[in-house]
Parts: sequence; structure tokens; C-alpha cells
Amino acid sequence: MRRAVIAFTAFLGGLIILLSAGAANAWAEGEGLRGTLTFQGQPVNGVKITVTTESGAPVGEATSDAKGAWEVPVPATGKYTVKLDASTLPPNAAVRGGNLTRTPSVFEGNVSTVLFALVAADGAAQPGEEPEASAESRWWTRVAQLTFEGFNLGLIIALAAMGLSLIFGTTGLTNFAHGELVTLGAVFTFFFSSVVGLPVILAGVVAVVMGGAFGYLQDRYFWGVLRGRGTGLIGMMIISIGVALFLRYAILFFFGPQSLPYNEYAGQPGIDVGPITAAPKNFIAMGIELTVLIVAGLALLKTRTGKAARAVADNPALAASSGINVDRVIRIIWTAGGAVAALAGVMLGLSQNVQYQMGQDMLLLIFAGVTLGGLGTAFGALVGALVVGLFIQLSTLWVPPELKSLGALAVLIIVLLLRPQGILGRRERIG
Amino acid sequence: MDWLTILVTTVEAAVGVETVVYALAALGVNIQFGYSGLLNFGQAAFLGVAGYGLAVIVSTFGLPFWLGIVVGLASVVVFAFLLGVPTLKLRADYLAIVTIAAAEIVRLIFRSVAFKDVFGGSDGRRAFSGTFYDMNPFPPGQYGIGPFGFSERVLWVLVLGWFLVGISCLAIYLLMKSPWGRVLKAIREDEDAVRSLGKNVFSYKMQALILGGVVGCFGGFVYALAFASVQPDVFGTELTFYAYTIVILGGAARVFGPVLGASIFWVLLVLVGNTLSEAVSAGYITFMTTTQVGPVRFMLVGLGLILLLVFRPQGIFGDKREIALDAR
Repeated sequence: MRRAVIAFTAFLGGLIILLSAGAANAWAEGEGLRGTLTFQGQPVNGVKITVTTESGAPVGEATSDAKGAWEVPVPATGKYTVKLDASTLPPNAAVRGGNLTRTPSVFEGNVSTVLFALVAADGAAQPGEEPEASAESRWWTRVAQLTFEGFNLGLIIALAAMGLSLIFGTTGLTNFAHGELVTLGAVFTFFFSSVVGLPVILAGVVAVVMGGAFGYLQDRYFWGVLRGRGTGLIGMMIISIGVALFLRYAILFFFGPQSLPYNEYAGQPGIDVGPITAAPKNFIAMGIELTVLIVAGLALLKTRTGKAARAVADNPALAASSGINVDRVIRIIWTAGGAVAALAGVMLGLSQNVQYQMGQDMLLLIFAGVTLGGLGTAFGALVGALVVGLFIQLSTLWVPPELKSLGALAVLIIVLLLRPQGILGRRERIG
Repeated sequence: MDWLTILVTTVEAAVGVETVVYALAALGVNIQFGYSGLLNFGQAAFLGVAGYGLAVIVSTFGLPFWLGIVVGLASVVVFAFLLGVPTLKLRADYLAIVTIAAAEIVRLIFRSVAFKDVFGGSDGRRAFSGTFYDMNPFPPGQYGIGPFGFSERVLWVLVLGWFLVGISCLAIYLLMKSPWGRVLKAIREDEDAVRSLGKNVFSYKMQALILGGVVGCFGGFVYALAFASVQPDVFGTELTFYAYTIVILGGAARVFGPVLGASIFWVLLVLVGNTLSEAVSAGYITFMTTTQVGPVRFMLVGLGLILLLVFRPQGIFGDKREIALDAR
């Protein structure tokens, strides 16, 4: 009970920090404004939209196309004024509330969506309580949507976090190169689909296999050897930074600085499920992630190797003396950890563009998840990662999206202060 | 192949602005990591806080330059204190994660749209170095020997920068010879033993963190003034990682280790980079393009860091017994 209270307090504390910080991190390049105009379920064609800066300098114009969509790229982040030309609307349509201007903020790398809800022209005099009710229901729709997105992100973090946590538990290595294993998954998928020509699904499978092989080779020829030499834990941690730099720039060397989507499933249209709108790929990806996490969890609980892995994570010396082949267990964990991290990258590449820094950007969130759950515990990493994912997305209800990661990092610090062993961790000396 | 350009840029890199900035950052890391065993992975934030402190005071609020320097220094001390109070009780690996997270928080705030009016978003701040260059005693012109030389602006930055490096080295030398320095080294070797002797370990660690931050923050000032601008992404985690590479290359817990490390680091980086891009454009190397030379340089940094720690953790000038690489 006490642990739950403390964990919850930390969570609340993070929320408070977020609220007081009051302000957004996006991953993609290129800022802009866009929207879709529909009237009575039909797209509205030919409506003129004008974008100016806050001070009134013109930025651009757009006219909605056959699908009702318009988009204006903007040169920099900041506040813009978007005006809809009412004379270009269909004669029987009007903007709800009658306000033809919007002043959205554009954040780094974000394309902001601007809403103009169109209603029948005589509908401007609707009953007064209607907009209020809809405002509240819109808020709850947003909560539902963000919760869904939070689970989506949380599951990806969980995949990466599980491997990181088990590697830490069994070898004591704080692996700063784990983010690059995630990037590799996405980059391999991109390579095998766009360059080699396999379907994305098959390319993803190949990427996961290669991630596993890379994990195995890393332990077989690198980390295992270092452990054999008796390299200190801090030494290994700094070495992992060297590995991270090396891999990151090797990826940049081969892949280049651009940010590219997979050649399939990229612009999948969303479907509505209850209050949530999401592309079908997200549901399938989440299904796969959940399945993998459950299978991995069951393997840890039920199989001999899984039990051995938990024993090694608990106390390597004791595990070795009770006849467990510690090196073999560690190698299996590295292989599985590499494969699951690559899977996380494959899935991350579905929801954002492939780019050489994508894993690095996620690394601290992975650390946050692992620490929140309890370093070295597999299930703790799962719980912690989900909490971090949810926290990041739900925090955008109050803070701009560019600062959403900031909250997760603040939580990481607060957790380490109040309950350093994490939600599911065991108390030990960390000071 | 333009060997003369390669030679000139390489020699200039040995004493150049980047070398000064990184030497100061690494001197700070050396106090924290080399002498005290504190794994502060947030050094970039110290440089950032100082640079931004100066830039914001002068360019955002239009206040005098010297007030900017004072505010920059004061913010660094306050930041070190805020960072240290909660984290210095943590074990080494946890300390590393928390400090790196704190540095990222600082960077994200600097680049956020919400504080764009103050920190200038991802474009950063400029137009604050006028007073500094007005104080330049060197008349305009090119100073140097033969093909090697700097403009009067760069020379002024370098003279002050190396003066700061010299002062910092002298201070570190004197401090580490003093009883205070011996306590720090003892904390690195065995914290509990020092505590049992009645020393306030937390207070010593805090002093080391603040001192290292202040020395590092001179690097932030030098960067901001030399380039007459600050951008948030300059102060990312990689700056910290390179500072660690430099400390380990030169030799941790050695007064001049980080300075020589910074020189060697930048000489190698510039030499490799320029030689490769010359070789590529001259057609000697065909398997990569000039834009791919940049990544290769930093791949080599990563590889160098790995090889150093595996084969020679004490670096070039260090002593193996004096480097804290075991978690205790």
C-alpha cells in the first residue's frame, strides 16, 4: 500500500511540475498548418484560407481541394492567424460561432490542425447550451484519444525497456547504446522494404531477426569479452556511450540525415472506434506489441530459461553457484533484448518517420520507464513504460506537445528521489 | 589535395576556439569525475545556463554585459545546487541518468516555443557580444606567423580563453594539493571511509559539483562570445560525451590532462575530417561523399572512446590507480 501511495505521489508531483511549466517536442521536420473542411458529411471544395503572422505579415494562401483538405507550410514556429474567406463557402454553409479567424500556435516540426466546423447557415442561432456540452464531450474524446496514443507509445517504450532492464539486471550494464538498437530496427525495415523491395511486414520480421543476431554478436564478441576482462561497471557504461556514438554516426553515414516513412502503410486513413480515431496499423501494431510482451512475460515466469534469467538478475553469484550457466542466460537475454528493441524500432517507424536520431530521442524515455518500474525488473519496466507513455500523451492536455517529454524526465528525477527502487523494485542500496 | 590548408586548419585547431571551449568543459568534468568520482552527465547544461544567462540578460532585457556575466555565473551555481541537492546521494549510474535527464530538461526549455520571448526558441539568442568586442585591445588585422593566423576578434577570444584555462588549471592544481583536494580524492576511492572520519561527504561532493560547473561554464561564455550567439542544440548531450572522451583521452585526475586531451581531440577531428574530405573531392576515395565525412569523424570518436576505455582507461597521461571506473 505504502509503495503505491509513494508512486502515486511521484506521479502527481510530476503533473504539478508539468502544469507549472506551462508550455511542446515533436519529431518530424517542417512546420505548417492544415485542416479539412466538411459540411454535412461532405468535403467542401474551393474554400480560400489565408495565413498571416501574428503581426499581420502574409505567409501563404490555400484553397481546399476535392477532399476538403488544405495545407499551408509556415517558415518558423510561433503564432499565426488563419482566416477563412466566408464568401468562398457554399451558400448554405457558415462557420459555427461565426468566428472566421483562428490563432493557432505552430511548434517545432509540427503541422498544426486548424478546425473550422461548418454548420448550416441558419444554424448559427443554435441553442446556447449546445456548444458547452459539446466542449465537454470534446474534452473527454481528447482524453480517450490521448490515452490510446499513450498506450501506443507506452507499449513501444515497454518493448525497448524490457530488454534494457533485463540486461541491467543480469550484467549491471547501463546501456546508453540501447536507443541505437531501436533505430537499427527501423532502419533495417526501411532498407529491406524500400531498397531491397520486400513487403514492409516481411522487412520488419527480417529486421527483428537481425536485431536479435546483432544482440547476440554484441554479447558474444564484445560485452562478454569485456566482462571476462573484469571491466568495471562505470567503465562499461562509458564504453556503451562510445558504442552509441559509433552506431549513431554509422547509421547517419549509411542512411543519411533525412527523415523518411516506410513505403507502405504511411498515410493510412484513420478509422473511428468509439471516441478514438486511429489508423488500422496502430491497432495491429499494438496487438503485436502486447502479444510479444505477454509471451516474454510468460517465458520469464514459466520456462526454465526464464526462471534462470530472473535468478541471475536477482543474484548472479548465487545463480551461478546453484548450477545456472550465467553466461548462457546473459547471451539469451542479449539476443532477445536486441530482437525486442528492434521490434520497438519497427513499430516506432510505423508511427513516425525513420530518422537516425529516433532511438536516441527515445533513450531517456526508456530510462524513465525502466527507473520508474524498478531497474532490473522485467515487469517493472513494462508497468513503468506504460505509465511514462500515458503520462507523456495525457500531459498534452495541459502543456504544448513540444514539452511533453520534459514531464517524463521530471518524473524520472522525482521517482529516483522518492522511491529509487521504482514501483516494483526491491529496496537496495542506491546511495 | 591541398595539404597546406589541411596543415593550417589542423595547427589552428590545436589552440582554436573549440579547443578552449571543450578544454574548459573537460576541466570541469575532471574535477567532478576525475577527482571526485561524480558521474555528472549534465555538463552541457552548465555551459548552456552560463551562455544563456549572459545572452538573455544582454539581448532580451538590454542590461549591461557585466551583469550578464554575473547572472550567468550565479545561475550556474544555483543550477548546480538544485541539481546536487537531490542527486548527490545517488549511486554512480543513477546519478548519470538523472544528470543527463536534467540537462535535457534545460535544453528543451531553452528551445521551447512557450519561452521563445526569453530564450529565442530553436534559433537561440544573438546580438549580445558588442561590449565584449568593444573591449578588444587588438587593432583590426590578421595576426600570426606565415600561413597560420587569426583575426583580431578570434585572437581576443583566444587570449581570454587560454587565460581562463590557465587560471582554472592553476586553481585546480592548488586545490587538489590542499587537504580539501585530498578529501575529494578519498571520497572517490571510498566514500564510507571518509564519512567514518567525520567528513561531510555530501558537502564536499556539492562543492566539487559547483566548482566543476563554474569552470565548465567559462566554456559556455567563451562559446557564446566567440560565435556571438547561443542555440539550444549546441548544448546537447553529445557535448558532455565529447568532454568525457577528452578527459579520458588526456587522463583523468591530471591537471593538464583535459587541456592536452582537448587539443589532441580537435587536432585529430580536424585532421581526419579535412584529409578525408580533400581525398573525397580529389577522387582518391570513391565510396563516400563529402557529406559523409562528418559522420565518419564522429564514428571514430565513438570507436576511440571504446578503445581507450578497453585498452588504456588512464588515457595518455593518467595513472590507472586514479581512475574510478568501478561502481561502488
